[in-house]
Amino acid sequence: MTTTPEDGTAVYGLLAEFDTADGLIDATRSAAAKGYSRMDGYSPYPIGEVADALGFPRSEIGAIMFIGGLCGATFGFLMQYYLNGIDYPINVGGKPMFSWPQFAPITWELLVLTASLSGVIGLFALCGLPQPNHPLFNVPQFARATRDRFFLCIEATDPNFDLTSTRDFLDTLKPLSVAEVPE
Amino acid sequence: MATVIKPTTTPAAAPGAKTYSAATQFAPHPEGLVGGNHDLATLGDKISDVSIQITPTPRAWWLFFLVGFTLLQGMVVGVAYLLYLGTGVWGINQPVAWGMAIINFVWWIGIGHAGTLISAILLLLHQKWRTSLNRFAEAMTIFAVMCAGMFPLLHMGRPWLFYWLYPVPVNFAAWPQFRSPLCWDVFAVTTYFTVSAVFWYVGLVPDFAVLRDVARNRLQRAVYGMLSMGWRGSAIHWRRYEKLYLLLAGLGTPLVFSVHTIVSFDFAVSIVPLWHATIFPPFFVAGAIFAGFAMVIWLAVPLRQFYGMKDFITDKHMDFCAKVMLGTGLLVSYGYFCELWMAWYSHSIYEWDTTLQRVWYGPYAWAYWVLILTNTLIPQLLWINPLRKNMYSLFFIALSVHIGMWFERYVIVITLSRDHLPSSWGRYAPTEWDYMLFIGTIGMFITLFSLFVRFVPMLSITELRELLPHAQGGRDGHAVMENAK
Repeated sequence: MTTTPEDGTAVYGLLAEFDTADGLIDATRSAAAKGYSRMDGYSPYPIGEVADALGFPRSEIGAIMFIGGLCGATFGFLMQYYLNGIDYPINVGGKPMFSWPQFAPITWELLVLTASLSGVIGLFALCGLPQPNHPLFNVPQFARATRDRFFLCIEATDPNFDLTSTRDFLDTLKPLSVAEVPE
Repeated sequence: MATVIKPTTTPAAAPGAKTYSAATQFAPHPEGLVGGNHDLATLGDKISDVSIQITPTPRAWWLFFLVGFTLLQGMVVGVAYLLYLGTGVWGINQPVAWGMAIINFVWWIGIGHAGTLISAILLLLHQKWRTSLNRFAEAMTIFAVMCAGMFPLLHMGRPWLFYWLYPVPVNFAAWPQFRSPLCWDVFAVTTYFTVSAVFWYVGLVPDFAVLRDVARNRLQRAVYGMLSMGWRGSAIHWRRYEKLYLLLAGLGTPLVFSVHTIVSFDFAVSIVPLWHATIFPPFFVAGAIFAGFAMVIWLAVPLRQFYGMKDFITDKHMDFCAKVMLGTGLLVSYGYFCELWMAWYSHSIYEWDTTLQRVWYGPYAWAYWVLILTNTLIPQLLWINPLRKNMYSLFFIALSVHIGMWFERYVIVITLSRDHLPSSWGRYAPTEWDYMLFIGTIGMFITLFSLFVRFVPMLSITELRELLPHAQGGRDGHAVMENAK
């Protein structure tokens, strides 16, 4: 565990502040080239290039929603057939018990419902949200991450992390500020 | 085509409000989609200051809210009396058993559909102008679906047994009848409401984080912090977020078509002449978007006027909305023509007689001509360019569409008043309780929308920031399609 030399509190990482999105993109690319892997960029709106540079080219959401939707649709279809065709057979207009075209609308609606809900639950679960507090919120200027500033945080868990040398490296990226993030 | 937009950075009807303008002078937006002179900070402040109560509340807000809240009491009284005496207090009877309940249901749910069109379909079509409208249009969708849901629920007569509509395993061992469009409707509307609400909330999470970080007191910080779930704008989170947003839009697009198609199946799967028509699903969907854009115009005009949101909802946006309304209006008019044509060309005497009853010698023929006037003729004024730029004329034409779309459903439902056996003819007139409930739902809509405008970012801060040109700190248009991976 990395601690500050001054009072020995644990350090979450080093946070560099940039005033443009392009500054953050360049910084993330340089840090990745330098061999840092445990880091994250923070911005008021999505910047795909940062996620690419962080080595996160593809999210898991598509797979989650596909599986969720498939389960919902299968369940919806079989449920309708079982309930109206087997458990309590109802003859409607002489149609066969397995009248699958008439089960299509509800199958579709349940596909959309389960795919959407699994996507949203998946997003929050993967991102570890809700998480009302986070070490980054200890840094006052981080409040501008939702406003007009762009941040790169190299985390203390990175194997290459060292308070002095990492700070020196971040200074070469011409940030507006570099701050230690207390744990 | 560069349009120069006058900077309108002060909320007009809010005296004492501050001016929002970036320190640097930027060139006008190349496509005229953002007016004023904004950078990331001023854009966010202008929208978030309303929610965190820095912008003084315009007097007009109180007027809207109090009128809406008063009308809402009509719903309380109307529902109470209905539950006390039963659905007999409405004008419904045989042969017109559906009456205003279904008219209002379809009217409201149609209005809701433009929100999904704007947020999902226009996103997939790379229409950047949707960005200024999607947030409040989605709110409109959710509130409209809530109003719509009231009617079938109350029309059941025993709304407390609504769970019978769902396949709940209870001890009476009967299940819903899944081959019925009315049952499909339950699933469609439930899914639509849930997915719209979820889509809206996902879009709001980063904006709640903005509010958390600019909050002025502990209460605001706690409430918005909770709602933002601790969103911190991590690049990895954004990547997942964008993929989810794109996929929700991709699912929302066929969903909105399926929902109104299923609503039209409530009519079209029956064998009533003029209901049993294949034109119904597309005709209903076009009508829904037509009505929804009329409501978007109705909501955008006061937001521009009283909150000074002309920077983001520019004349260009209003022009686009008017054009979509004109286009969908023509589709709807084609539907009216097609109904007449098919009745005549089919040589079915039942279809043709019902058509003549509807347009010529039936007791409600006047309603058909009101419909043609308000839905087909008056919207043609939108061909005239200055009328699309003038807020008064847009407001008036949108009013005409609201009336017309209500009459469209009225004309459809009233077909039941005359079949081919004169002994079973009947008349239908709504009672005061029908009107009270209808007006009550309008009150509910106004109340909810007023509260939304006051406490939730009415425009999407995050997406508008992306829309800003590079020089102003943005990404020159929303990049959801490119970055969603």
